[in-house]
Amino acid sequence: MGLNKIMEKYRPLFRKGGKYEKFAPAFNGIDTFLFVPNHTTKMGSHVRDAVDLKRVMIIVVLALLPAMFFGMWNIGYQHFSQLGEATPFMDMMLYGAIKFLPMLLISYGVGLGIEFAFAIYRGHDINEGYLVTGMLIPLIMPVDLPLWMLAIAVIFAVIIGKEAFGGTGMNILNPALVARAFAFFSYAPSMSGDKVWVADASTVDAISGETILGQLAAGADTSATSVMDMFMGYMPGSIGETSVLMILIGAALLIFTGIGSWRIMVAGVIGAAVTGLLFNALGLNALMEFPWWQHLLVGGFAFGIVFMATDPVTAAQTNTGKWIYGFLIGFFAIMVRVFNGAYPEGMMMAILLMNVFAPYIDHYVVQANVKRRLKRLKTA
Amino acid sequence: MSQDIRIKKGLTIKLTGDAEKFISDAALSKVFAIKPTDLLGVTPKLAVRVGDKVKAGDVLFYSKAEESIKVLAPVSGEILKIERGAKRKILTVQISTDATIEYIDFGAKNPKDLSSDEVKTQLLAGGCWPFIQQRPYDVMANPNEAPKAIFVSAHDTAPLAGDVAFSLENQKEAFQAGITALSKMTTGKVHLAVCGKSVSFLNDVKDVSILKVTGKHPAGNVGVQIHHVNPINQGERVWTVNPQDVAVIGNLFLTGKFEPKRVVALVGSQVKSPKYFKMLQGANLETLLTKNIELDNSRVINGNVLTGTQVTVDGYLDFKSTTISVIPEGNHHTMFGWMPFTGGKKFSMYRSALSFLSPNKKYTLDTNLNGEERAFVMTGEMEKVLPMDILPMHLLKAAMVGDIEKMEALGIYEVAPEDFALIDYSSSSKIEAQQIIRTALDIMVKEVG
Repeated sequence: MGLNKIMEKYRPLFRKGGKYEKFAPAFNGIDTFLFVPNHTTKMGSHVRDAVDLKRVMIIVVLALLPAMFFGMWNIGYQHFSQLGEATPFMDMMLYGAIKFLPMLLISYGVGLGIEFAFAIYRGHDINEGYLVTGMLIPLIMPVDLPLWMLAIAVIFAVIIGKEAFGGTGMNILNPALVARAFAFFSYAPSMSGDKVWVADASTVDAISGETILGQLAAGADTSATSVMDMFMGYMPGSIGETSVLMILIGAALLIFTGIGSWRIMVAGVIGAAVTGLLFNALGLNALMEFPWWQHLLVGGFAFGIVFMATDPVTAAQTNTGKWIYGFLIGFFAIMVRVFNGAYPEGMMMAILLMNVFAPYIDHYVVQANVKRRLKRLKTA
Repeated sequence: MSQDIRIKKGLTIKLTGDAEKFISDAALSKVFAIKPTDLLGVTPKLAVRVGDKVKAGDVLFYSKAEESIKVLAPVSGEILKIERGAKRKILTVQISTDATIEYIDFGAKNPKDLSSDEVKTQLLAGGCWPFIQQRPYDVMANPNEAPKAIFVSAHDTAPLAGDVAFSLENQKEAFQAGITALSKMTTGKVHLAVCGKSVSFLNDVKDVSILKVTGKHPAGNVGVQIHHVNPINQGERVWTVNPQDVAVIGNLFLTGKFEPKRVVALVGSQVKSPKYFKMLQGANLETLLTKNIELDNSRVINGNVLTGTQVTVDGYLDFKSTTISVIPEGNHHTMFGWMPFTGGKKFSMYRSALSFLSPNKKYTLDTNLNGEERAFVMTGEMEKVLPMDILPMHLLKAAMVGDIEKMEALGIYEVAPEDFALIDYSSSSKIEAQQIIRTALDIMVKEVG
């Protein structure tokens, strides 16, 4: 193959003792992306599964694509429907693409730049984790977030959220959510309210640019949005989070391939449903009366539980732990929604909180395993 | 008496190059070699010098720590060479073979009439002790200890593994005698694991408790069987013996000769017509391999593709090996090889390759790593291939930092590297789990013993 011959010419320059040895991580990052290397097994099992982290991460990116394309369309749809203009499908897509693609470029450009720099500085290979993080970050942001804010959030997330801990695999918090939390607390006016969810909402004098949860928190009537609209995602919100249908397609791919933990997803839905039911039974105010199953359709719940809570690095690692972890995310997400008016959406808080507690959950699962073994010793 | 073990977790890797049920006689090799490095936990003390004449059954070397453990010559002839490596470590003891083999006579005895001490003496003198492996630590058994049970797995679930019942077809009496001898060595039971889905002479073996094993690999691993039947706690010992070695032990008692016969399955996609070959332990493989395999771009493995060790084409059959696998080397670049759902020749435990569409298809896998080593990222994948109540990732992490107390608590006594072979295989981060566990076991032997 021609390209392989070209790469073959440059490979020696980056090997040990080569002229550009220092930049090997960067070169290898590109080289191994183009070509799975010719490394053979040196010890242990002589054959290896076709899966590697590149494959894993690419599958997650594929799973995100439906939500991303819908998000782009929805940017256009929300914008033009606020203007009251009937617009062809392609125009909405185009408008959405013009709004979204720069965000994606900034996220990948800034994030990967930092990853490459750290890899060269530390002399380790580039980990594929950012392929997913870089895609997640713009999808959980409001469309009108200024690009420079996005860039700063990405820098914070990658350096403080990930590299400070040692890079992919070592971080405690989901880096994409670190980016969102950073932006949320630093630039609150650009991250919440009724002006940010629809592109150029301030200029079109929007009437209903608020998310469902925002309307609920403000005590407004949400009946304007039908359940079907909630499921399909024809409502304002963060770019990728609105369409439950598209997220379900992604979830199906993750579960089918075995990449995403179905335990966390199922446990999360159960946790949220149970909590929602409890509040429905109490029914003390409008927020509590919001039907439990509609909680699953609005806000970032679906997106969070499918794509963020299942991040294997920051989730619980034991199978039993995953059930507990997922359930508690569902529980806390609804709790925050109902009780904390300042944060209409609780998903980000719930996942970050449980990220912190995941090792603690695992600790008890491991102790239970150890105790079973000790018990056997005593009865033997 | 029999007991069923059904294993649900695990992964059966179907490879091309299954052995046809046909046994050929391999020509008697001109050179034989015994490799002390095959015997974990043994430092050899030589008993022969280059030029010495030996009979089959003469001592080649002792174990330095326990001189009653002897390793014997598999054939008669002359000591050709003693090959040494770094720090004068003995790598091979080579014998050039006589045209007809002369045997030392250890005296035929009926194991039924012997006491356990007499059986032990015969096993030690007759060179069969090194066939007995001990759990925990997966090292050679100590003759001064008694095991709480002995496990023999006659159901090999590893990729391309030979059919145990078929390879022992002509050794039925010897196998029975070997089992009877072993049953004298423990106050507990001898457990014989057989394939739960087929019936062979093995189901009628006496003096054992039969375990009918069904399920995916590693259901055939003794470690998994021990875990489900009689798990090892701290301080306990369980012994394991490979089925063909049981027959060698049996022959020692029936005939008085040490004759380490092997029916070796020569398998893999690089083998021209995969089948079984009769040969002896330590045989040189060159003639056999040059005749029967594609020499170009092949990797020859003593043992199966998951746990075996690489050997050169002019190498020797390992001490315990009964399988030679030959697969293609994977020394090639693959453009966008990480792309999911492409390449019909790829096999994956994850449904990320098209292999899930054809569950019965056999694959030709090569030795490419299919990626690069990374930090642990994915969770839950190890649990899928380790059918034990053990948390593999946590045990591996404890092993990596050498934390003895944690390893103890998490079950290091129950595992051997081979039980982690599928974790090597399936790891998306390309973790060398077998290597980590072996290193950890060596630490445990040193520190706990």
